[in-house]
Amino acid sequence: MKSLEELKAIREKMQGQVGLRAESNAQTRVVVGMATCGIASGARPVLKTLSDAVQEKQLKDISVTQTGCIGLCQYEPIVEVFEPGKEKITYVHMNPEKALDVVNKHLIGGHPVTAYMLQAHEA
Amino acid sequence: MYRSHVLVCGGTGCTSSGSLKVIETLNSELKAKNLETEVCVVETGCHGLCALGPIMIVYPEGTLYTMVKPTDVPEIVEEHLLKGRVVTRLVYDETVTENGISSLNETNFYKKQHRIALRNCGVINPENIEEYIATGGYEALGKVLTEMKPMDVIQILLDSGLRGRGGAGFPTGLKWKFAAGNQADQKYVCCNADEGDPGAFMDRSVLEGDPHVVLEAMAIAGYAIGSTQGYIYVRAEYPIAVKRLQIAIDQAREYGLLGKNIFDTGFDFDIELRLGSGAFVCGEETALMRSIEGNRGEPRPRPPFPAVKGLFAKPTILNNVETWANIPQIILNGPEWFAAMGTEKSKGTKVFALGGKITNTGLVEIPMGTTLREIIYDIGGGIPNGKKFKAAQTGGPSGGCISTENLDVPIDYDNLIAIGSMIAIKIYLLIVKSVESPCLSDIYGIVVPVQQRYRFVQRRLFVKFDPQYSFLKFTVMDYADIFNADSGCRQNRGNRGDGSGFIDQIAVQHVGTLDRTDILHRN
Repeated sequence: MKSLEELKAIREKMQGQVGLRAESNAQTRVVVGMATCGIASGARPVLKTLSDAVQEKQLKDISVTQTGCIGLCQYEPIVEVFEPGKEKITYVHMNPEKALDVVNKHLIGGHPVTAYMLQAHEA
Repeated sequence: MYRSHVLVCGGTGCTSSGSLKVIETLNSELKAKNLETEVCVVETGCHGLCALGPIMIVYPEGTLYTMVKPTDVPEIVEEHLLKGRVVTRLVYDETVTENGISSLNETNFYKKQHRIALRNCGVINPENIEEYIATGGYEALGKVLTEMKPMDVIQILLDSGLRGRGGAGFPTGLKWKFAAGNQADQKYVCCNADEGDPGAFMDRSVLEGDPHVVLEAMAIAGYAIGSTQGYIYVRAEYPIAVKRLQIAIDQAREYGLLGKNIFDTGFDFDIELRLGSGAFVCGEETALMRSIEGNRGEPRPRPPFPAVKGLFAKPTILNNVETWANIPQIILNGPEWFAAMGTEKSKGTKVFALGGKITNTGLVEIPMGTTLREIIYDIGGGIPNGKKFKAAQTGGPSGGCISTENLDVPIDYDNLIAIGSMIAIKIYLLIVKSVESPCLSDIYGIVVPVQQRYRFVQRRLFVKFDPQYSFLKFTVMDYADIFNADSGCRQNRGNRGDGSGFIDQIAVQHVGTLDRTDILHRN
């Protein structure tokens, strides 16, 4: 080990991994429906994409988790985003590409992607 | 990249309740479900809730599963890891609320704890140096080497008020200052990991769960006092700790965090392990150093103190594992941060092993000044089966019993002496009156004959606990005029503070059923 910078580089690299084990109330939760209906319609690659992207981009205070059936099986795969102090946002008919869009525009950019939201599909 | 981490406790407690088998099953189940690239399994150190082991925590949800059997694993993999449905029947019931599963940190067991020495235990993989670095590991060493003078480091410790966690409570900074002030061609930094008190496993858990913290702190001490060589004296009865320490030392050398020219500052420091062979007396500092030298572990009178003439007759500092574990955090967060916790003369936190008749048998870390009542009833979950509290023993063999009237005394070094117990606030053995277990007067009934034996012991014989567990049976060893070696060995509490007392007091250990009575001596 030659410098503090070298140490910090290892720390940054590992942050995404170990950061997964942090528990904080200020966390944004990204929840993927992973019941039979979700899995059947392709929720697993969505979950994997979200999880990888959040770690690769070293996004802090965001956890990607899974849940069971939300009840809207025809809209699966469903991803819900819970930000502290804000209304829940529900994305439907998700796929890995859309998931990356959500990461970039919503989680990083702060602007929910209206086109993927449940409201846009209900009408 | 993993989307989920499954942490399984690989500490001694959970290992003995079968956690390795759980890990094995988990790995094969994950493989069968093609989840091994998505879910990673981490074998960690102790989480503290030993009574409920094997412990498993699934992140990012932070779901705590308790008493997990290998046969439960397929269900956890299928339901939780594949489908995202928590297996409620295995969840720690304290985390189950009306609104679903609550956070671990909100449970009674963890809520009042404040983890500094244990901050990484149960959180990181102790066999991976990069996980330690990820939580800020080796930053304190880097800071010290690149930004601070040795005297500044010592001043931080003095200002923090940190006192030795091994029992005597001597100010750590002062010890370092003495050693730094003595000139010599070589000085040594030692770690006392010869945790011998029955029922105590604070140090073991740090070594098993976060071994790098000890290495980092020792290197900091090496810089502060001008030493290039450290020794960790660890009991051979701690095989997992020994293994992980050795892995940690090897990795630290590989990353250049031990060895030559650390952080390119010209500072050299290395550490070697020395294994104790089961002699309780080697927990005493002078005996420990003699044992490292390769001689019979016998105490010698002080002065000269180790800071003047210690290991190989060179200036030496010896600190206990838990003391070491506090130091990097003090350097990073500042002495004021540390001094803000605890009581007037006892700063920071203390780790306790809870044992005996208490619901949450295990390991906790609380700020100094917490009352025994809080420890037993709030964190420890009280006494099983609604039994009444009668007494708790603190401080290992040399401690004393604390009864109901002192339940609300804030626990720190000085208060414990004041109420007639031990500075080395190490263990609690709760003795509870109940029909099926003997009451305190029964215990005292045993103490009397033991005391008679003790007087015999005092006549210069060395009594060793017989591991056969047979009642009041002990072996008398054939040597050791140890008591003469130290004229300070009168078992009154007054002379204990200076560390000169060697055999202090009788203790009766009562664990579960009354099958084990120890006569022990301590440093």
